[in-house]
Amino acid sequence: MKRFLSLAFFLSIFLTACGVSSIPATAPVIEKATAILTVFAASSLTDAFTEVGAAFDAANPGVTTTFNFAGSQSLRTQIEEGAPADVFASASSKEMDTLVTGSFVTKDAPQIFLTNKLVVILPAENPAMIEKLEDLATPGIKIVLAAEEVPAGKYARQAIDQMDASFRAGYKDKFFANVVSNENNVKQVVGKVQLGEVDAGIVYVSDVVAVPELKSIEIPEDLNIIAEYPIAPLIKSQNAELAAKFIQFTLSPEGQAILAKWGFILVK
Amino acid sequence: MVKFQKFVKHFPNEKYSKWIFIIPGTVLLAFFALPLAAIFVRSFNSDFFDNAFSPQAFKALELSLLTSSITTLIAVAFGTPLAYMLAHWKFKHKAWLELILDLPIVLPPSVAGVALLITFGRNGLLGPFLQVLGMNLPFTTAAVVLAQLFVAAPLFIRSARIGFAHIDQQLEESARVEGANQWQLFSEIMLPLSARALASGAVLTWTRALGEFGATILFAGNLEGITQTMPMAIYLGFERNIGVALALSVVLILVSVVLLMITKQLDKEEE
Repeated sequence: MKRFLSLAFFLSIFLTACGVSSIPATAPVIEKATAILTVFAASSLTDAFTEVGAAFDAANPGVTTTFNFAGSQSLRTQIEEGAPADVFASASSKEMDTLVTGSFVTKDAPQIFLTNKLVVILPAENPAMIEKLEDLATPGIKIVLAAEEVPAGKYARQAIDQMDASFRAGYKDKFFANVVSNENNVKQVVGKVQLGEVDAGIVYVSDVVAVPELKSIEIPEDLNIIAEYPIAPLIKSQNAELAAKFIQFTLSPEGQAILAKWGFILVK
Repeated sequence: MVKFQKFVKHFPNEKYSKWIFIIPGTVLLAFFALPLAAIFVRSFNSDFFDNAFSPQAFKALELSLLTSSITTLIAVAFGTPLAYMLAHWKFKHKAWLELILDLPIVLPPSVAGVALLITFGRNGLLGPFLQVLGMNLPFTTAAVVLAQLFVAAPLFIRSARIGFAHIDQQLEESARVEGANQWQLFSEIMLPLSARALASGAVLTWTRALGEFGATILFAGNLEGITQTMPMAIYLGFERNIGVALALSVVLILVSVVLLMITKQLDKEEE
């Protein structure tokens, strides 16, 4: 048995070696070296950036843009722990500022490339018959928010504070008594409302564009929060030139047109 | 090839051939040990106790211990008869039943979470029925238990099944000859003889339930004191304050080590 195992061990190394050495002879020659650009982007950008990435790749042959979509706070932590990213697009200046402080991003590099605002979403059937913002304080309904750490969750809490000041009557306490879960990114909130497992959620206006069957209640300007999205290249990026090009593209008329299509508010 | 065989034949003298096992084995062992050690090294600083004993951490630990204990009790109460039937009764399609019970062990917990949500959720398969009964499961502590049960109970069932199957067939036959009924056979012969296998399975289920994350976050959500278990608090702590995540990880590792030592001891006594 021992002998057999050692034989198998060497045989496998031998075969692997053969396999590796034979690749150049049999595999077709790759026509052009491809560059891979890694973009870490806020969850809310999932649909929009997927399309921006495809357009960017089409305009730049040989470039493949890959994305890591998650809550901005998750992405920030991943970058701090050494994840290899070329570009960071955050849903909140707070996360970007933390990276500037930690010397992951140059001080003047971040640019605000779009803004977003909040909206209340309801399942298509609207089981709790919610008609206006005040109804969110009705006891017994189920609301999901993004967690406090997530930009969308932080903005939602700020908006609730403003609603509380406007509606009074213990609005905030009643609202939070209805919150059944703090989700880890904004798309999870959308998913749970879409499944109809909860009665309402607070997400970005842009999230509704991707899921048109959802009902929504607008939050008036004076109670809403404007979320500013900064984008910046990372100092440790191995593709600095390409990273700059991608950021330029998102700010170009073509890039901004795609973002506008997905419900984001443009800066210019 | 002949040359190679000759080479191998010369090679395995005792002195060198053992390294064929030691080197790859050590590499893999280090791969497991280093990250665990890193957690300890990085978490032990002046803030450790503040982090580990913060109210959020305490609530999460309390909830984790409560839910995983309930999960284990349910797994034992319902899993023991199931395992017994699978081990000792002959019936059709048994292989398929065993496959269903083994599936949750290998499935990603996220699949379990989605499956539970579309089964027990408000709009799920049983949703309307549960609504009539006034039950609303998602986002409750009960949902945490169900998520844990789904991924962890199969471990108990598997262990119990093997325990029951190992009992000497002759013992069973002689008991039957003596006129024992199913219940007597089970309670007076099978249960005492497989007690260790059952206990070891229960501890495994408990440990797995304690670490459940993927199914819980989808089916039960995340709310402090209601559904936020230790793994959930670690995941969110990672983003708020990595110190909290590390301190909670240390606590969870220590609890798991104790539980695993208990299973090891039980397995040893078994032999």
